[in-house]
Amino acid sequence: MMQAEIAVLRFGLGARPGDLAAAAVDPRGWLLAQIGGAVPLAGDAQLEPSARILFELKAAREELREMKRETASAATSALAAMPNRNPVRDAYLPHYRAQVLARAQSAALTSRPFAERLVHFWTNHFAVSADKGAVFGIAGSLENEAIRPHVDGRFVDLLTAVEQHPAMIAFLDNQYSVGKDSGLARMAARRGLPSQYAAAGTPRREFGINENLAREILELHTLGVNGGYTQTDVEGFAQIITGWSIGGGKGRLAGGTPGRFHFRDDLHEPGAKTFLGKAYRETGRRQGEAVLADLASHPATAHFIATKLVRHFVADDPPPAAVDRVARAYLKSGGNLPKAYAALIEAPEAWNPDRRKLKTPEDFVFSTFRSLDVSPQRPEEVVATFALLGQRQYTPGSPAGWPDTSTSWDGSDALLHRVLWASRIASRYEQGLDPVDLAASSLGGYARVETVTALRRASSASQALALLLMCPEFQRR
Amino acid sequence: MHPHRAKSTRRRFLVSAGAVAASVALPQITFARTGGPARLVVVILRGALDGLAAVPPYADPNYAELHRELAIAAPGRMDGALGLDDTFGLHPSLVFLHQRYLANEVVVFNAVASPYRDRSHFDGQCVLENGLAKPLGTADGWLNRALAGLPGGAQHPRERAVAIGQNVPLILRGDVPVFSKSPQATPGVDEELLARLGDLYSNDDWFAARLANALQTYKLGDEGASAADAPAMSPGVAARMAATLMRSAGGPEVAVIEAPGWDTHANQGGAKGALAQRLQGLDRALRILADGLGPLWPQTAVLVVTEFGRTAAMNGTRGTDHGTGGCAFLAGGAVRGGRVITDWPGLSRTALLDNRDLRPTLDLRSVLKAVLDEHMRVDAKTLASRIFPDSSGARPLKGLIRA
Repeated sequence: MMQAEIAVLRFGLGARPGDLAAAAVDPRGWLLAQIGGAVPLAGDAQLEPSARILFELKAAREELREMKRETASAATSALAAMPNRNPVRDAYLPHYRAQVLARAQSAALTSRPFAERLVHFWTNHFAVSADKGAVFGIAGSLENEAIRPHVDGRFVDLLTAVEQHPAMIAFLDNQYSVGKDSGLARMAARRGLPSQYAAAGTPRREFGINENLAREILELHTLGVNGGYTQTDVEGFAQIITGWSIGGGKGRLAGGTPGRFHFRDDLHEPGAKTFLGKAYRETGRRQGEAVLADLASHPATAHFIATKLVRHFVADDPPPAAVDRVARAYLKSGGNLPKAYAALIEAPEAWNPDRRKLKTPEDFVFSTFRSLDVSPQRPEEVVATFALLGQRQYTPGSPAGWPDTSTSWDGSDALLHRVLWASRIASRYEQGLDPVDLAASSLGGYARVETVTALRRASSASQALALLLMCPEFQRR
Repeated sequence: MHPHRAKSTRRRFLVSAGAVAASVALPQITFARTGGPARLVVVILRGALDGLAAVPPYADPNYAELHRELAIAAPGRMDGALGLDDTFGLHPSLVFLHQRYLANEVVVFNAVASPYRDRSHFDGQCVLENGLAKPLGTADGWLNRALAGLPGGAQHPRERAVAIGQNVPLILRGDVPVFSKSPQATPGVDEELLARLGDLYSNDDWFAARLANALQTYKLGDEGASAADAPAMSPGVAARMAATLMRSAGGPEVAVIEAPGWDTHANQGGAKGALAQRLQGLDRALRILADGLGPLWPQTAVLVVTEFGRTAAMNGTRGTDHGTGGCAFLAGGAVRGGRVITDWPGLSRTALLDNRDLRPTLDLRSVLKAVLDEHMRVDAKTLASRIFPDSSGARPLKGLIRA
């Protein structure tokens, strides 16, 4: 029962006309055929690579610094005169919009919707937020440059690509994390040098680590919060990844390719270090990579990732049998993600037609586009849609990503905003659509009799379409 | 109160001079008791507020050296703290809060923490909201469970609590129906469409309940609301919405406001800078709330909480990392304030928890329980058994609320 619907609606991103029929032949095979290789953006968007965006940003950063200097020195500063002017944000905005549009178009158009959903899953797993100024214009770059190439590969490669992406380094503040005995710290102590990144006029400070990235890698990206590490491990790991930075800074942070991951040996805490009871000898950049490799093959990581996959694809309360199945496949294959995905598809719990999750705003919007067989064209509009529905793209409120349970999205006010958006979309796209046909092509067997009756009785095509988008079976996946 | 208190000779149980003033002044105050029920607003600061910046212990001998350029100077110095007593001040951004403190309407708690002792935001927030001693074990929040224990309890005809936002945070999720309301207006939703959706949802309780709630409230407060697709809501905008709803006829008695962005790992700033701006926003929100609640203010308590504090020492990137002990505020016309309540452990190396964090000496649940008990009149049995199970060690504080 409902096997094609489950494949297309739960595992995929919603049904374009013809999707349900295509999946009906062999629903599991339809999903399995989508796994393998990189998952490039569908559509024809041309996005600037993050290295180029960051390189171009240098001029805007200079301008912002200048404006801030004036703010500090003058009563009427450039910033005070133009409170909404921020050169960095202005330079980033077109990139942010282009990335959001490209993402929506890809979701609307892709013929590998399961793979695309996995991209979204990992983006949320490795969450960065565009609300942080330094990340605004490159949040989407993390998805497109680190996740899309590796989503169907080994987890260790995905993990390493993400943790070394400038967006993650900047989001979790690792670029300025400095070992106390690093070359830079020792030289500064010797010469009484001020810190290169201390603002003019502030006193010299000691160098030290920032444990943010290390902690979130352990808690949110690999082992999980109960994965058996201690505060000492967090600090040890933070020491290990000192020097993981971004190229093209100023002064002592010069060097490296601008806008790309750069290992700064003179910020790195030298020497062998201990993490989770194991000694790691000094290998510079590779010391951190060795830890990532061990984390990727750790049973706690397998369990944590399996739990999140099952929560996303099966149920808010992940059935333990399905979690075990996925975790076992992950471990047995040495962290080969397609094996884990295949185990997920084989889990009988995933094919229960009664177990349905409320769509997130993202799911709702993307499945609407697919059902209507339209691809959005105006970036401002897509950005505004997600603001309206309470899920501004690439801005989860925390590094833990957007919540993945129905109770986090089911407020009465949220429902009202969905109604508002559905009625706007309906009045735009009603022309030439038969809502009853659309119910069949987008919901298949899930369409209830009372829904179809309500669509027939609606006072206009536009109203019928809004009802279809808002019916319970469309709002769930 | 706490068994370990006697062990420390250096610690003082601080109740500042303001408290004496308050108790003297109390009899003269005439309350504009409207006879209506108590009002409670909970403000959750997500990301872990640095309590050592918000409530600087300027007189602690180790403070300036540990907090370095993030430290707030003593009152009277340039960019100095707003004085509370001879040890503590408020961050200079918290002007309104300080004003209300001087008017004996604010209690400041320091070295306070939930029972959570690790340093994950997400588990920390979970414990802050679920009311248990650990992150897992229940899918509902202590404030929702408290609603069932309010006078009038389960028989109450309509929702008594609102989450400001589109969705409901854990603290307010649970069996008792609540509603959500964001400051984003929903203009022009077609009434006929809503009626037909009502029919369409008639066989689906889950959607039917939410639609019914939405219909009750969807026009409330829209005058002051922002455009529907306006981006992130500021605490001030949320506060205005909360006040508007609570003032409306039959409006909610309880509101929850969430304010993100307190995770200051880098470039936190001192008297000015990133955190100072956030605190200004919080202070503005409290002012808006007080102004907006107007005649309800005398029967209102506003509880400001965060998941944990931050490291006592500045980190390598001019910020602070995740810590343990922090601060909390209780403000409002119903509050017997003008006091700093803390058993200050000090910031010496041996006093710090794990050699890095302010050691918590007050269980946040002692504050929460006191507010529910004295202010909201939740019955004691429910409070101890259902709302905060496993909290017998955290006795409710006494006398936080005006008699």
